[in-house]
Amino acid sequence: MPSFLDPIAGFGVTFTTMFRKVTTEEYPEERKPMMPRFHGRHVLNRYSDGLERCIGCELCAWACPADAIYVEGAANTDEERFSPGERYGRVYQINYLRCIFCGMCLEACPTRALTMSHEYELADNNRADLIFEKQDLLAPMSSGMVAPPHAMASGTTEQNYYAGEFDRPEDSAAPTGTAEESR
Amino acid sequence: MTVTTASTSGDTLEPRPDLVTLTIDGVETSVPKGTLIIRAAEQLGVAVPRFCDHPLLDPVAACRMCLIEVEGMPKPQPACAVTCSDGMVVKTQMTSAVAGEAQRSVMEFLLINHPLDCPICDKGGECPLQNQAMTSGQGDTRFDGPKRTFPKPINLSAQVLLDRERCVSCARCTRFAEQIAGDPFIELLERGSQQQVGIADDVPFNSYYSGNTIQICPVGALTSAMYRFRSRPFDLASTPTACEHCASGCSLRTDSRRNAVMRRLAAVDPEVNEEWNCDKGRFAFRYLESDRRLTSPLVREGGELRPASWDEALVAAANGLKTADGKTGTVTGGRLMVEDAYAFSVFTRRVLGTNDIDFRPKGSSPEEEQFLAARVAGRGLGPTYADLEGAPAVLLVAFEPEDESPIVLLRLRKAAKAGTRVLAVAPAASRGLAKLDGTWIPSVPGSEATALQNLAPDVVDLFGQAGAVVLVGERAAASPGLLTAVGELCDRTGAALGWVPRRAGDRGALDAGLLPTLLPGGRPVADAAARVDTAAIWGAAEVPETAGRDLPTMLKAVEDREISALLMAGVQLDDLPDGAEAALRAAEFVVVLDTHDHAVVQFADVVFPVAAAPEKAGSFVNWEGRVRPSSQPLRTSLMTDARVLSVLGAEMGVAGLESDPVALMAQLEEFSGWEGARVSPPSVAGAPPDPGPGLLLATWRPLLEATHLQSGEPYLAATARAQEVWLSTGEARELGASEGDMITVTGASGSVTAPLVLAEVAAGAVVVTGNAHRALGASGVRVQVAVEGQG
Ligand code: SF4
Ligand code: SF4
Ligand code: SF4
Ligand code: SF4
Ligand code: FES
Repeated sequence: MPSFLDPIAGFGVTFTTMFRKVTTEEYPEERKPMMPRFHGRHVLNRYSDGLERCIGCELCAWACPADAIYVEGAANTDEERFSPGERYGRVYQINYLRCIFCGMCLEACPTRALTMSHEYELADNNRADLIFEKQDLLAPMSSGMVAPPHAMASGTTEQNYYAGEFDRPEDSAAPTGTAEESR
Repeated sequence: MTVTTASTSGDTLEPRPDLVTLTIDGVETSVPKGTLIIRAAEQLGVAVPRFCDHPLLDPVAACRMCLIEVEGMPKPQPACAVTCSDGMVVKTQMTSAVAGEAQRSVMEFLLINHPLDCPICDKGGECPLQNQAMTSGQGDTRFDGPKRTFPKPINLSAQVLLDRERCVSCARCTRFAEQIAGDPFIELLERGSQQQVGIADDVPFNSYYSGNTIQICPVGALTSAMYRFRSRPFDLASTPTACEHCASGCSLRTDSRRNAVMRRLAAVDPEVNEEWNCDKGRFAFRYLESDRRLTSPLVREGGELRPASWDEALVAAANGLKTADGKTGTVTGGRLMVEDAYAFSVFTRRVLGTNDIDFRPKGSSPEEEQFLAARVAGRGLGPTYADLEGAPAVLLVAFEPEDESPIVLLRLRKAAKAGTRVLAVAPAASRGLAKLDGTWIPSVPGSEATALQNLAPDVVDLFGQAGAVVLVGERAAASPGLLTAVGELCDRTGAALGWVPRRAGDRGALDAGLLPTLLPGGRPVADAAARVDTAAIWGAAEVPETAGRDLPTMLKAVEDREISALLMAGVQLDDLPDGAEAALRAAEFVVVLDTHDHAVVQFADVVFPVAAAPEKAGSFVNWEGRVRPSSQPLRTSLMTDARVLSVLGAEMGVAGLESDPVALMAQLEEFSGWEGARVSPPSVAGAPPDPGPGLLLATWRPLLEATHLQSGEPYLAATARAQEVWLSTGEARELGASEGDMITVTGASGSVTAPLVLAEVAAGAVVVTGNAHRALGASGVRVQVAVEGQG
C-alpha cells in the first residue's frame, strides 16, 4: 500500500468498529448483573431465627492476606445471646481500603457466617467510612427473624444450628458469590 | 512451656561415673543417670510428641502420646516416664514405624471424643493438641459415632473454667495443684471416656496459683474467665516484663493487643519463678484501664484541682518547692521501679537539698531503718531462691510467704520436699506452714524477739549449718527488738539473712538510698567518704550531711511547721501512719506524682501524671537483690517519674538530671561494691507486749485484697480468701465458741466479724486473716473477742 494512504488506513479501524456491538455500559443508569462468582462487599449472615452465624473466632482475620479484618470475640450469656454457642463476634470490622476481595476469609469461616455479595460500589471521600462495622455488614432481617439478643429456639442447642436446621433456604441453595457456587 | 532440657549439672565433657550411654535414633549419647528418655531425645534435637510430660512435675505417663520403641522391650514405652540406662537402644517416631504408628493410634483415640471446638477455643492457634494432631496424627477419623459430651464450661473457681470435653486427662493441672502449689482442690475422677477433672461441689479452686494450671493445660480445657475470647495468639505482641505486684520478682510475659494488655503469663526463669507465678501477677492489670487514671497535670486554684498544661504545672511546682526552701520531705510508695526510685534519691538530695526521704509505709521504725541500712541495703545478690533450695534449714520470721511473697512459698515447698527443714516464729501455725511441713515456734505478736533469743539449742544448731537461711518479713519492723534479734541470730550462727518486703519496689528503693540516713548502695549519710563519693558520681558539689527524718517524724514536722512541702509518689493514704491526713492538710505545699487519682491526690497542690509499670521500661529489684528488667509493652504519652523529676529539676535550676532508664541504672551500678563504713546494726531491746485485757491481734495482708493495683478484676477478687478468725481450742472453749461460729473482734477503732477456725494459735493471741489491719490496727494491739451477738 502506498504510504500516503497510511493515515486513511488508521480510520479503517474506526470505521469497522462503528458496526460492532457496543460494549459501553450505561453505568450508573443501568447496572449489569455480575458474574455469579464475583467478589463484592461481605455479608455477615444470620440463621433463620435472626441469630448471628458469626462466632467471633477471628479465623477470617487470620486468613486475610491484607490484614483487612478486625474481630473481637465475647461470651454469649443466657441473658444476652447473639449467636448459638458460647462465643459471638462483639466487634467486627472490614477495612475496604485494605481488602483485596480475594475471598480467603470466606474459606476460613467455619460457620459460613461470612459470604460476599455482588455489591461493588465501595467508594467514599474519607477513610473512616470505608471501615465497615458489624452493623454495616450484617445481613438485613428478613421475615421470621427476630433481632438478637435472644435465646436459641426452645429445645435446641448450638448443635442443631450447626447441623443446618436453621439455615435459610438461600444458604443451602446457591449462596451468592461464594466459591462454593462454582463447583 | 514444656521444652526444657534437664539440668545436667557440671561439666559434661569429662566422662563421669554417673553417666549412662545409650543410642537414640542411631545417635550415641551420654546423659546423667536418671534422665528420662524424652529429655535425652530433646538434647539431640528430637522432639517426641507429648501432653502430660512437664519438666517440673513428676512423670505419670497419663496421655501415652510419647510412645517410642526401646529395643528388647515387648511394647512401645512412654518416653516421659522411662529413664535412660546403659546400652539402651531407643527408636523414636523418626526411625521407628512402630513408634510412629503407636503415636498415631494414641492421637486417634484422643480425638475420638474431642469436640470440634477449635474456632471458639481460647487455645486455638497455640494448642499442642492442634499442632501434634498435624505432626503425629492422621488426616481423618474412622470414628463416626456420637461423641461423649459434658455440660460446658463449668466453674472450678470464679476465675478458672473447665471444659471437660476438651480435657485429655494429662493430669498436669492436678499434679501442679498437688505437687507444686500444695492446693489439691482438683483431682482426676472416673475412668475411661468418663475420666474428668473433678472438684468438690462446695470448695472452689481458690488457690493463689490456680492460673498456672490454665497456662500448662496442653489443651483449652482450662480457661480463665478474664481472658476468655479476648484475643487470638496472632493478635498478641509479647513483651518480657517483670511483675509489679510483689518482691518475689517473677518474670512475666505480657501479651498486648492494640495497646491494651490482654493477658499475662509466667515466663520461664529458672533462677526465680521457674515456670510459675501467682494469680495476682497474672490477672491484676486492669487497673491500667481504670477511669481514675491521671492523664494531665493538675494544679490547685481557688481550693480546687483543675487540669493544667505541663508548663503551668511545672512552674507552679517549682515555685512551691523553691518557696519551701529545703524544708521539704519526700515520701515514695512501693510502685516505683528502681530507676525512678533512684531519681527521687538524686532529686531530693540535689534539688531539694535534704535527706528527708522515706520509702517505707506505716509500721516502720528507726530500728528497721538501721537494720536495713546495716544489713540489706547495697549488699547485692543473696541469699537467693537457689540458696533456699539448697538450705538445710530455713527460718521464717514475721513472714507468711504464701500471702506476702508467693514464689518464696513455692521454692520452699520444693526445698522442703528435698529435705530442707522450715521453721517459723509466728503467732500461729498457718496453712502455708503446713504446706512446708514446717515446725512452728509459737510467739505472740510483740514477743518474737524473746522467742528468737530463747530458741532451743538444737534449733540454733540447725542454723549453724552451712547454707542455713533466715528470712524476715517487713512486718518485723512493728515488733520492737525483733530485727535486732534476727541480726544477732545470724551473726551468732552464720546463717544467711534475707529481708523479704511485700511490695515490688521496696528493695530497689532501699538500694537507691530512699532512707533519711542512707545514700545509694548502702552508703551512710553520716560518713564523709560516702558523701564525697556520692557527690562525685552525681557531679554535684556536695550532698547534704544532716541525717533526714523518717516518715512518722516528717509528718510530725509538717504539723510543727518545720517542713512545709511534701513530694509524694505512688503513696496511698492506706500506706501512711494513722493521722497522716492531718499532716497532709497542714502541709503548705504538696506535689504528687501518680498514675491514678486516689485519696492522696486530693491533698495535692500540683499533680503530675506518670506512666505505670507496663507503660515504661525499667526494672524492679526483688527480695534477693536481683535486678528484674522489664520492657515496655504499652505505648503512652505519659512520662516516667524520673523524667518528670528531671524537667522539674531543670525548672528549679538544676539542669541535666538523668532520666533515661539505662543511664540511671548505669549510674546506680557505680554505687555497688561499697567497702567503706556502714550504718551500725540496731541494738534495741525487745519490749514484751503490755499486759491487759483481751487478746493480742495477729494479722497480715493477704495476697488478694481490694487494693488499687488489683482493681477492675472481679474474677480475681472473687477468688480471694474469706476472712477468718483463728483461735486456739483452749481460747475458743473459754469463749464457748465452736468452729464456724461468727466471732466479733473489736479493737480501738473498729471491729471485724468472721467465722471461727480452730487452729494452733499461740496462747494469748488471736489471728484475723484478710484486711484486718484496716479495721483493727496492726499486729500486736489488744483486741476483745466475743461470739457475735454476745459480749
Ligand atoms: S466471620 Fe466467620 S471466620 Fe470470621 S469471625 Fe465470624 S465466624 Fe469466624
Ligand atoms: S483444645 Fe486445641 S484441639 Fe481442642 S478445641 Fe481447643 S484448640 Fe481445638
Ligand atoms: S484439664 Fe488440662 S491440664 Fe488438666 S488434665 Fe485436662 S488436659 Fe490436662
Ligand atoms: S508472686 Fe509476686 S512477683 Fe510473682 S506474679 Fe505474684 S505478685 Fe507478681
Ligand atoms: S507425655 Fe509421656 S505419657 Fe504423656
